[in-house]
Amino acid sequence: MAWTRDQMAARAARELREGDFVNLGIGIPTLVANHVPEGMTVTLQSENGMLGIGPFPFEGEEDADLINAGKQTISELPQSTYFDSAQSFAMIRGGKIDLTVLGAMEISQGGDIANWMIPGKMIKGMGGAMDLVAGVKRIVVVMEHCARDGSPKFLPACTLPLTGRNVVNIIITDLAVFDRPDHQSPFRLIEAAPGVTTDDVAARTTASFVY
Amino acid sequence: MTKVFPDAAAALKGLLRDDMLIAAGGFGLCGVPERLIDAVEVSGASGLTIASNNAGLDGQGLGKLLCSRQIRKMIASYVGDNKEFERQYLVGELEVEFSPQGTLAERMRSGGAGIPGFYTKTGVGTLVAEGKPTMLFDGEEYILERGIVADLALVKGWKADTAGNMVFRKTARNFNVPAAQCGRICVAEVEEIVAPGTLGADAVHLPGIYVHRLICGAPYDKPIEFRTTRKQDAT
Repeated sequence: MAWTRDQMAARAARELREGDFVNLGIGIPTLVANHVPEGMTVTLQSENGMLGIGPFPFEGEEDADLINAGKQTISELPQSTYFDSAQSFAMIRGGKIDLTVLGAMEISQGGDIANWMIPGKMIKGMGGAMDLVAGVKRIVVVMEHCARDGSPKFLPACTLPLTGRNVVNIIITDLAVFDRPDHQSPFRLIEAAPGVTTDDVAARTTASFVY
Repeated sequence: MTKVFPDAAAALKGLLRDDMLIAAGGFGLCGVPERLIDAVEVSGASGLTIASNNAGLDGQGLGKLLCSRQIRKMIASYVGDNKEFERQYLVGELEVEFSPQGTLAERMRSGGAGIPGFYTKTGVGTLVAEGKPTMLFDGEEYILERGIVADLALVKGWKADTAGNMVFRKTARNFNVPAAQCGRICVAEVEEIVAPGTLGADAVHLPGIYVHRLICGAPYDKPIEFRTTRKQDAT
């Protein structure tokens, strides 16, 4: 039935192209790194100032000075480079990053994304997400189709404060994949998890989409 | 005139006052000027506005100045790791200005570079854009963000020579460069102070013109927030 977190990450990895510079968000998006197709060269950017993220270090080789944007210890590759935060976001804002994979609390049918605060309840901040959705060429969202209480997260309009307006290109949930060719077109249901029907998806979605 | 001071308290002498704006380097617990933050705590300076990407953890880094109630306002992009921050903010004891991470870095860089404002696409159509002038460039909307000039910058480097030229190690560089640039005065702590010529003029990450006072803060125990590893037999 529904895809697992790892299967969602694997589906997101199918959006990668040879030579891409990619920024992965925290959570399920981080798992995408485990699914880069064999033989494909993809360079991962970490917005705290690194191009060329390597795998997690071997036990005993963790370095407090070498972390990703999720504050996890990582390792470097022969081609890795380091730079400061202003330089890092010059790359992001300047359109040099090809693709980003982000989590979301809500997505609207018009491609708006909300993932940084719940007024009066949760106050985390946007981190680099607003810069990423404003500057990266292609925005892939990976999220559960419904919230824990069962309410849809793909909506006619976001109810939470936005991270970006009309920026999302692809939505990958545990039930389905929605894509749109440009920022004026509606999202199209292009895939569903095994055994999940279009009616199942429609029943759990309040956003309008085509199929 | 030497830039090198014996310790953090000596280096900050005469620089701290209530209600000042301090820019601090660091990302999470990585590259945080911990010795200097400790000295700010001991000084008792209060009503501070701090511009920093994060606010530390409870009792670590800038989290110490939150617990001691010395911070009146934070300018930050992400504070999700700090319970005391959340508590003070939700009950209205702490003022917060959320600035997107790249916007915050550029506000520091540009402020230090004599650029009082810049237009960016980041935050258009969000709460961040509220009250800010907008402009269309080539048919796209941008918002005006202000550069930050801090009364004092606190940064952490790896090595510096006695002229203040600094190098950073791996991802500990982060906000330390733009924070240093935006300070009217910048005080830096490093793990090692070396003789001029040792770092290599081509290899310097932050020229000494940005660094006014310097201490060696070693030894550091360098905390790790999330220790993630793989097994030796994994590929």
